[in-house]
This record gives sequence, structure tokens and C-alpha cells, in this order.
Amino acid sequence: MMKQTIAFNHRLALRARASCVGPKEGKGPLGWCFDRVLKDDLLGQATWELAESEMLRQTVSLCLERGGLMPDQLELLASGDLLNQLMPSCFMARALGRPFMGLYGACSTFVEAMILCGVMIDGGYRNNAVCAASSHFCTAERQFRSPLELGTQRPPSAQWTATAAGAALMDTAKAPAAARLTHGTLGRVIDYEVTDANHMGAAMAPAVADTILAHFEDTGRDFRDYDRVITGDLGWIGRNLLRELLRERGVAVADEKLADCGASLFSQEQDPHAGGSGCGCVASVSCGYVLRKIEEGAWERVLLVASGALLSPTSSQQGQSIPGIAYAAALEADG
Amino acid sequence: MSKTLKDPTHRRYNRMVKAMTPGSNYLQGYARAFWVGGLICAVGQLLSLFGEKILGLPEGSDAMFTSIALIFLGVLLTGLGVYDDIGRYAGAGSIVPITGFANSMASPAIEFRREGLVLGVGAKLFTVAGPVLVYGLSASIAAGVIYWLMGRLS
Amino acid sequence: MALFLTFLKAFVVGGLICCVGQALLMHTQLTSARILVLFVVSGVALTALGLYKPLVDFAGAGATVPLLGFGYSLAMGAMQGARSSGLLGAVTGGLVRTAAGIASAVVFGLLAALLFKPHAKR
Repeated sequence: MMKQTIAFNHRLALRARASCVGPKEGKGPLGWCFDRVLKDDLLGQATWELAESEMLRQTVSLCLERGGLMPDQLELLASGDLLNQLMPSCFMARALGRPFMGLYGACSTFVEAMILCGVMIDGGYRNNAVCAASSHFCTAERQFRSPLELGTQRPPSAQWTATAAGAALMDTAKAPAAARLTHGTLGRVIDYEVTDANHMGAAMAPAVADTILAHFEDTGRDFRDYDRVITGDLGWIGRNLLRELLRERGVAVADEKLADCGASLFSQEQDPHAGGSGCGCVASVSCGYVLRKIEEGAWERVLLVASGALLSPTSSQQGQSIPGIAYAAALEADG
Repeated sequence: MSKTLKDPTHRRYNRMVKAMTPGSNYLQGYARAFWVGGLICAVGQLLSLFGEKILGLPEGSDAMFTSIALIFLGVLLTGLGVYDDIGRYAGAGSIVPITGFANSMASPAIEFRREGLVLGVGAKLFTVAGPVLVYGLSASIAAGVIYWLMGRLS
Repeated sequence: MALFLTFLKAFVVGGLICCVGQALLMHTQLTSARILVLFVVSGVALTALGLYKPLVDFAGAGATVPLLGFGYSLAMGAMQGARSSGLLGAVTGGLVRTAAGIASAVVFGLLAALLFKPHAKR
């Protein structure tokens, strides 16, 4: 039994993928790779929360369509977002009416959901499953920070919650797929007593280092076994901190091997401060970019490490430090 | 935070975070806060002059007129979606003037309109203004009472 | 020339007070709400100690427009109230003097909520 890692026994094919982002994300360096770029942050809905839910629903539906699956054939929907009691995911699941598990792992949710889907299918309990996650700048901002129209300044370490959603369909069908999930490494909640809610990259970097090292120890692999190690939402500062933490543990990382979803989604000119964040950031970049790269044959094997800052408005107001968690998924080209 | 951490690893990590985090551009931050804040005050001066000289308001009323006019401008710019952009540029330059106070009332009221008129607008109007009034008013009452006591004693 | 000087004083003093706020914003983790509370309470304290009135006389709107000036009005009102109507005046004076500002902020805020919708940030 490996400490934190699950090595899946069956071939878990990532059959289809879909991604959707907001207008600002669409203008970013990865804008070209998403399936849908919204023109309007509100999607014609009455509230931001319903807009996020609708964005997620459209993304999941598109993913099912791509995978050639009728909605009523879906056996598990595992999804999460940043909001209290997972309003966007629950409302999306209400619309789809399929078996649902709501997950909260902050920005790590997408990979957490992917591992759960993997376990369900690998164990033979489900034949197919969709993992999905979303975030919306306007919903996160009003829950975690301040009203949109409040005139305030954020420090350079703050991250920009992405308006984005991603969904991937997993099954065990024989037909060749673009990629497959081979390993999932569960995260531990790690807290190095960072208290600054405007510095989530710093709060999460130790958890990411912990999960990467656990994955390497469990599998006997190292950086050389992966074309890319892609972290979720550390941002530019957090990525440097991660490199430093790994170096301290004697693990050297080549710069070009390490990429970060949050640091890739926006360009510095878009003023996202330290980079993008939010469940939708990892989900959309994974489904729009990472899986595409594997599909195109550019990358053979990728370790996707999504991290979440497990703070809440309550814990911040009570002066608690910010715990972090990271889940890792090893993805490989299929066939 | 200045609190020293017990765990040496955490202490070292927090030091490392501090060292690797780029600071704000301080000079630019001050310059922007200075000119925008100064400008808002100069507009206030102009309004006060206007109230006094043109409208012929009596002593004291021109100050009220100035506050009301600035609050109106602050709320209007908030509603039009401009004040948050000013705030992102100027920081305290647009937070500290009375227009910033107006912005802190109008912005949650607009944001939480969708949660209804009573617990949305009505309650959220005071998210920032509430504490300001609670502590400002309490402090003023303390000052008034002390002033009264001193008058009694002398 | 005197007119220009009035504006210059308001501009410079107001700008400098905002710079104090900017220092708190950049060097501490204080949120804007905390900074506003701090400024109002400081305004009350400085006025009660007799330190703020001279600045208001010097800089006019430069000293009254920043939230310190709101504290100044509260404290001046309370002290005037204490002088004219005793203890009761000390309690009510602050609100009486600032009533115009508070009332207009409430009403304008309410109207804004009814008229405007929040905008997504770019």
C-alpha cells in the first residue's frame, strides 16, 4: 500500500474534455485553446451565481456531447466550486439530474474530482463519470473579499479568481482516447502558518511540495519521468516558492518542466497581480490546454498537481492561518 | 504578521515568503494616492466656495453642502462602475476622502441588491459604514462627556 | 493669489493625509474598512485634544474631506453640544452635526442600489 498514491488497475480513458472561460480569460495567452469564451460574464442570468452554474452546465453538456454520451447515460457527476454549500455545482446537478457528488477542495477541486471518478470506475462501481469544476470572479469576490464596486487596492501577491469551468469525461471503453489517468495522489492538509489571505500561492506551495514528494516516493518516479509537472494556481510568486521548497529537500527542477495554470492563464499586462486562481482555473487549463497537448502528442506524461487554499471568510476573520492541500493526477497519452 | 511562530520550519518559510514576495511599488503608490486624494479635497474646497459665495449658504451649512455634494459624486461614480477603477489606481487616495466612505456604502448595497431590499440592500449598506459609525459616534460621545466633565470640574 | 493658495493648501494637506492611509494599505494587512474606522476615531481623538482644529483652519477642505474630518465634525458636535446643553448634548451633538452627511449617504446609497447593477471587472 502506497502512502498517499493510488495506482489504478484499469485503463481509465479521458474520453472527452470541455472548457469555457470568461472574456478576460479569453484575452489571455491561453485564450485560443478554450472551447468557449463568454462574451458576457452574466450569461443572461439573473445573478452571478446562476451565471457560474450555467457556465458549468454548458461545459459539462458540451463534454458529454463530445464523448458521444447521452446525458441520461452518465453514471457519476463529481463537481465542485468555491461558493458556500457549492451553489453552482448543486444547481448544475439539479439541471442535469444525474448521480452527483459535490466536492470542496478550493482550487484543487478538479483533480480531487478526477481522482474520485478514477476510484469509482477503477473499482467497477461506475462505467463512466464526469469530473468538473468552476469558479467565477464575481461570485468569489463577493463571498471572499469585497463588493465589485468597492474602490480598493490589492497587493501584488493577490491572485485573480478566474471565470472559468472545465469538465472531463472518464470511462473504460476500448476505443482509443486522448489520455488516461494512471495514478492519483491524495493530499494532506498542510499549514505553514501563512495568514495573509492575499497570498494564497504562499499558503499552498508547501502542500504542493508535500504532494509532489509523496507522489515521487510512492511511485519511485521523479521529474525526469514527466514531460511537465503542472501545478494549479500557485501563481508567479508561489511557483518560485515551490521551486525553493523542492530545492531545500534536494529535488532540483528544470525551469521548463514546471508550469503553473494560474501563471499561464493571464499575461502580466492583464494586471492579475500574482496570477489566476479558482477551481475553474485548473479545470479549464487542464481541459483546454494540458489534455490538448497530450492529445496532440506534444507531451507523453504529465503530473497535474492542483492545490487549494482551504480558507473561508470565517476562518480569515477569526485570524486563523491558511491550510493548503494539493492533489496530483498522473496523466499519460493513451495507446 | 509580527507574531513569532513557534515552529522553526514555519518561521523560516514565512521569512522566505517575505523575501520572495515583491513589494508594492511604493513611490508610485504614494504619488497616486497623493494627487488623487489632493484633487478630491481641492474639489471639496471648490464646492465649499461655491456654496458660500454663489449659493450664499451661511457658515456651517457650506460644509454640509460640500459633504452632501461629495457623497453624491462618490455614489454616482460607484454606480457608474468608475469608482472601483479609481480605487484600483489611487488606493487610499480615493478610500480616505468622504467619497470613499460613500463608495463603501453604495458598493455593497448595489452588490447585494439581488439578496433583497431588506437583508440585501438595507443591511449591507452598513457593512463598512456601520463600524465607522459605531466607533466614530462612540468616540465622539466619549469626547463630549469628558469635555462636559472637565467643564463641571473647573 | 489668495484663492490659489487656498486650493493649494487643500490639495497638499488632503494629499498628505491620503498618503498616511496609503502607507497603512501598503505596509500592513489592514483592509480599507479598518483604515476608515481608524481614521474616523483618530479624527475624533485629535480634535478632542485640540490638535485638528488648527489644521482645518489652515487647510479647509484638505482637512475636512478626508475621513479624519468626519471624526472632527463628530467631536466638534459633541463638544459644542456639551457646552450648550450639557450631558445630553454631549451624546447627541456628534450625530446632529454629521446628520447631513450620514443621511445623504444612506439615501444616495439606497437610490444607487435601486438604479445600478454591479459591473464585472476587466
